[in-house]
Amino acid sequence: MKDAFGLPQSLLVLGGTSEIALATARRLVARRARTVWLAGRPSPALEEAAGSLRALGADVRTVAFDALDPESHETALGKVFAEGDIDLVLLAFGVPGDQAHDERDPVRAVRVAQTNYTGAVSAGLVAARALQAQGHGSLVVLSSVAGERPRRADFIYGSSKAGLDAFAHGLGDALHGTGVHVMVVRPGTVRTARTAGRAAAPLDTTPGAVAAAIELGLRRRSETVWVPGLLRPVMSALRHAPRSLYRRLPL
Amino acid sequence: MGDTVTGMSEDTVSVARLVRPRSYEEAAAAVRDSGARGTLPGGPGRAYGDAARNAGGAVLDLTGLDRVHVVDADEGIVLCDAGVPLHRLAGVLLPLGWLPPVMTGDRGVTVGGAIAADLHGRDHHVSGSFCRQVLSLEMLTADGEVRTVTPDTELFEATAGGMGLTGIVLTATFRLLPVETPYLTVDTERAADLDALLARMAEGDHRHRYAAARIDLTGRGTATGRGVLVRADHTPLDALDGPGGLRDRGTRAWRRLQALRPRPLHQRAAVAGDVWYRAAPRARTGEIRRLSGFFHPLDGTQQWGRQWAQQWSRPYGRGGGLVRYRFALGHGREEALHRVVGRLTALPGPTLPAVLQHLGDAGTGWLSFPLPGWSLTVDLPAALPGLAVLLDELDAEVAASGGRVALAGDGRLRPDLLDTMYPRAAGFRALRARCDPRGVFTSDLARRLGL
Repeated sequence: MKDAFGLPQSLLVLGGTSEIALATARRLVARRARTVWLAGRPSPALEEAAGSLRALGADVRTVAFDALDPESHETALGKVFAEGDIDLVLLAFGVPGDQAHDERDPVRAVRVAQTNYTGAVSAGLVAARALQAQGHGSLVVLSSVAGERPRRADFIYGSSKAGLDAFAHGLGDALHGTGVHVMVVRPGTVRTARTAGRAAAPLDTTPGAVAAAIELGLRRRSETVWVPGLLRPVMSALRHAPRSLYRRLPL
Repeated sequence: MGDTVTGMSEDTVSVARLVRPRSYEEAAAAVRDSGARGTLPGGPGRAYGDAARNAGGAVLDLTGLDRVHVVDADEGIVLCDAGVPLHRLAGVLLPLGWLPPVMTGDRGVTVGGAIAADLHGRDHHVSGSFCRQVLSLEMLTADGEVRTVTPDTELFEATAGGMGLTGIVLTATFRLLPVETPYLTVDTERAADLDALLARMAEGDHRHRYAAARIDLTGRGTATGRGVLVRADHTPLDALDGPGGLRDRGTRAWRRLQALRPRPLHQRAAVAGDVWYRAAPRARTGEIRRLSGFFHPLDGTQQWGRQWAQQWSRPYGRGGGLVRYRFALGHGREEALHRVVGRLTALPGPTLPAVLQHLGDAGTGWLSFPLPGWSLTVDLPAALPGLAVLLDELDAEVAASGGRVALAGDGRLRPDLLDTMYPRAAGFRALRARCDPRGVFTSDLARRLGL
């Protein structure tokens, strides 16, 4: 049960090796979270992530979950919810893909879309129904600023996140008044181990900053969170930029 | 069906099905039919925090069962339904020369709620909390049966302050407080700091029926913990009629006109900063006030809790409303009290006054809040930066000093501190496991704290 500050006691992370998800989990474990479920494809990285959270004092369990296998979602997540209430579901799985390569390999491009979008649709609906049955809880969906307006540089990833964003937005409206809170988080480029080599951009963010924004959003019961907050007006301007201009911007 | 039950401050919203039984049989049927997420007896939803919520389950709104069955005006005993609000009971009883044993600031509180929270008032140091005056209860337990419960039993002790988790109180028989007039004789004085306040309260509270101080949390430095101490007694009949008495003050028309005066600033609840402190008289004795004005300073504002929350949270950003923090510390723990008041004083921005009062002997309730010593209550905007961490640190301080945080109104206590603060919590869990193996009665508070 979340407390008066929206801090959860139990947490289910879909995509248990995501750096943003783990930064969030660490932050919430330091507050109130005692039970953490990490869902993901069984791997040493998943067990390592579980170990790092256990070291902080949480009761961590892992559960096998594959975004590309929607038929299994009901069973995998049903098992978690059967063990007790989940205060916060963090939908954090996703793959960035490789734009240049994927444009020439449609099958791999479709896998990006299936992971980021259709997998999230299935998992999101399963989680939403379970949360609705318990009458409380938050579903936090990690979208991306890339879904706001497609860019030449990553439109395959961007289009999958656009779909996810629209889905989560609508789900939030569908669940309004049921006690379940859906929050869409739109981070800018997140500096992680994977992007370590690249030069820093002005509106970059870090997993820790996203985690802090999620904690604040939970307290406020925000519906959309931009990280950093400045992205909101910036993207609002970019969204209305004429296409001929937008195409030429160095984004 | 599907009505949202959120309680006083809309901090953590959860949704329960609202069931409004019109008879004891309907209530029993609702208990027998309760689903996997359980049932919680509730009233008008006046609780801060999550004690009156039951996410995904049912909340039994008992305000439809609100008959006053028997009043024994000679002995001062009443038998009434749990859904009767205390202020309505006071209206029925006052012409007979009686009052409910405990009166509190929020007039919506029902008899059932007063038992579930083992309500205490500003006269706790004299007469204890509500359940001490209870002679017997009729309770609907998890098996759907109605039992008579008397004060010397385990079930009674678990129910007194048990937050409605042991069963549904249908009727209660309890002792009343004799009064001669609907007036109180009020003494008001200012104290320049916390030491002065504590000294005066320790020295003089026992001579008065009601005593409580409001502490100005905007006072810093040497003024830390300054406050206004208000003590009162029921006005005897001869004080009204004698020379200088209420009936001696001008003509009837003049007295009526006087009653229309706006309430002085220091008696208002929502006056910011230290205005109310400066407006209070340095020392005044013998002021005569009406019962209702004394007990319910917040009247005239519908849904004042929410309005307050919005008004006070605004400067700190969106969301969260007010968080109530109420704790008790034993006698001899004034050092810890000083430290807590010091930390609350250091909070930024305008804060609502804190209420300090003396507590008398503890009741028999296992989860009953009062312990002999002091209690401090403060409402803080949840949006204050770092408040969650600050309150956790205050919890640790309170627990280390043998004190406890009140469960009624709480929405944020750490579950691992519960057994330290309430040593009988383990017994409470065991009794619940025995009497209610299916877990029929539950609440968000029970889920959060693992009760």
